[in-house]
Amino acid sequence: MKKLLIALVALVPTLAMASGGGAHLEDANIDLNDQASLQRGLDHFQNNCAGCHSTQYQRYERVSTDLNIPLDVMSAKYVHGEAKVGELMENAIPEVDAAKWFGATPPDLTLVARVRGEDWVYSYLKGFYKDESRPFGVNNTVFPSVGMPHVLQELQGLAVKQEDGTLVATGGTLSAEEYDQYVRDITGFLVYSGDPVKLERESLGWWVMGFLFIFFIVAYLLKKEYWKDVH
Amino acid sequence: MVKNIIDWIDERIPMTATYNRHVGQYATPTNFNFWYFFGSLAMLVLVNQLLTGIWLTMNYVPTAEGAFASIEYIMRDVEYGWLLRYMHSTGASAFFVVIYLHMFRGLIYGSYQKPRELLWLFGMLIFLVLMAEAFMGYLLPWGQMSYWGAQVIISLFGAIPFIGDDLTLWIRGDFVVSGATLNRFFALHVIALPLVLVVLVFLHLIALHEVGSNNPDGIEIKKNKDENGWPKDGIPFHPYYTVKDIMGVAGFLIVFCYVLFFMPEGGGYFLEGPNFEAANPMKTPEHIAPVWYFTPFYAILRAIPDKLIGVIGMGLAIAVLFILPWLDRCKVKSVRYRSMIHKLNIGQFAVSFIVLGYLGAVPTTEILTNVARFFTVTYFGFFLLLFIYSKNEKTKPVPERLTH
Repeated sequence: MKKLLIALVALVPTLAMASGGGAHLEDANIDLNDQASLQRGLDHFQNNCAGCHSTQYQRYERVSTDLNIPLDVMSAKYVHGEAKVGELMENAIPEVDAAKWFGATPPDLTLVARVRGEDWVYSYLKGFYKDESRPFGVNNTVFPSVGMPHVLQELQGLAVKQEDGTLVATGGTLSAEEYDQYVRDITGFLVYSGDPVKLERESLGWWVMGFLFIFFIVAYLLKKEYWKDVH
Repeated sequence: MVKNIIDWIDERIPMTATYNRHVGQYATPTNFNFWYFFGSLAMLVLVNQLLTGIWLTMNYVPTAEGAFASIEYIMRDVEYGWLLRYMHSTGASAFFVVIYLHMFRGLIYGSYQKPRELLWLFGMLIFLVLMAEAFMGYLLPWGQMSYWGAQVIISLFGAIPFIGDDLTLWIRGDFVVSGATLNRFFALHVIALPLVLVVLVFLHLIALHEVGSNNPDGIEIKKNKDENGWPKDGIPFHPYYTVKDIMGVAGFLIVFCYVLFFMPEGGGYFLEGPNFEAANPMKTPEHIAPVWYFTPFYAILRAIPDKLIGVIGMGLAIAVLFILPWLDRCKVKSVRYRSMIHKLNIGQFAVSFIVLGYLGAVPTTEILTNVARFFTVTYFGFFLLLFIYSKNEKTKPVPERLTH
């Protein structure tokens, strides 16, 4: 029995290791209550990403309501071509063309933060570095052999991987701190996109919890009253 | 007026008699403890699944092209669709939580023993149908894990000699999991299996009320009746256990709603991350794991090197529970009055089940496979040991009346 216990205790680190793995992710620290950040995130996303990546499960109108952007501003700035503000945010370029240019269709990003996690998205946007062996001259620390160019290169500059594995970017129009905030805004917008009802759900949740606690106390007192004559 | 209506009905169908038999005059032991909440909670979750399921069906599109998008439509565009969907998805996991606890209760207090063998068998059938129901329901969101999970599990049937390949083809309706599979799983999930489930729950309750409830002491309260024929240790189900179960419901809902409103993904165990990506037959996920309530059996499958024997082992792990009433040959029911070896055996069985559940959820390594093998042996060892020692087990004297 004792030997078995020792063997089990010895296994614990192995078990803990087994559940980890993958590249180191940076903390995104997303605050969904920061509407200004989400609005900037929408703007950055529309300017840099939406050309190839759709967010086709959400509607322009819903985003404008949730992020407090007037409908006419939303329409004028972000709704492409023939689309109406009540429609889904579908792709700007046809999938067939995109597949031809990049070798694969750029994935829809509505739910990417729920698939990968917010820290992954943030780290991915910060993870591009120079790699001449790749078709677009860049690779990514959290997404090895990535198939897309570094779209934000002009802002960040081209990072070079140092010997200790860290990335150092130079020559961008934004400082390192400004770039971090820029990609944090985009990440925040994608976190919102993945689960737009989250804030409403949590605030409703507190009312439900409050009701249930009172209900539990009433139910407990009722049970006690009925059961006092049972021996 | 009301009495006249009741009399009118009673002359035509046995309404009052049925109510008294199953609720108003159903004699229940006075000493039910915490473990006895989970039966009524399972009923509550069943009703939750049926009701939210009906409303989800109103907006769900059961085609390979439309399924994934229709779930997001429910989550975003349907009024409180997100609430219905999370109630249903959280309810699925909650169902297995309460069912596993309910089964464990039966195990420790010997509720499967004579005369409750049929009650236990109906319960096991419910468990089996529930697993099929959950498995088919998990395909419907048509995410990556839905798709590949179904692909892996259905392919297991291919290990059966001679008929294996034809059988998997017959289940899928196609050479791979496809829209045809989705259509039939949808039909089975929303009509066939819920019907079977409701019938089995009905039979489970009829069987329970015929033989009467067991209790933590494992004593038949019917053996000690007063001059009116009412068990001395019995109280009517209503109002005593209805008010107590309402309290249980309130406690359960606090936990359930906390998960629902604040962590509906259940840490990636109730809704798996890769399932937020639409099914893609060309792209296999890095790590395919079944939902948590299947992982103990999945771990047993993976622990056995040969595929066919693995499938048989997984099936046996469930099948052996069916014959539990005949494996346990002891006359004493409750763990309270049974031997130390029985207590230890139940303890090691619970540990084995939980560790296997963990191992089935994580990627395998050589060490972990050996750990899984060890606990597969102890899982089956529980039943073998029980069969051996229960014949001449040294038990404590069982009291005449309930002790509380």
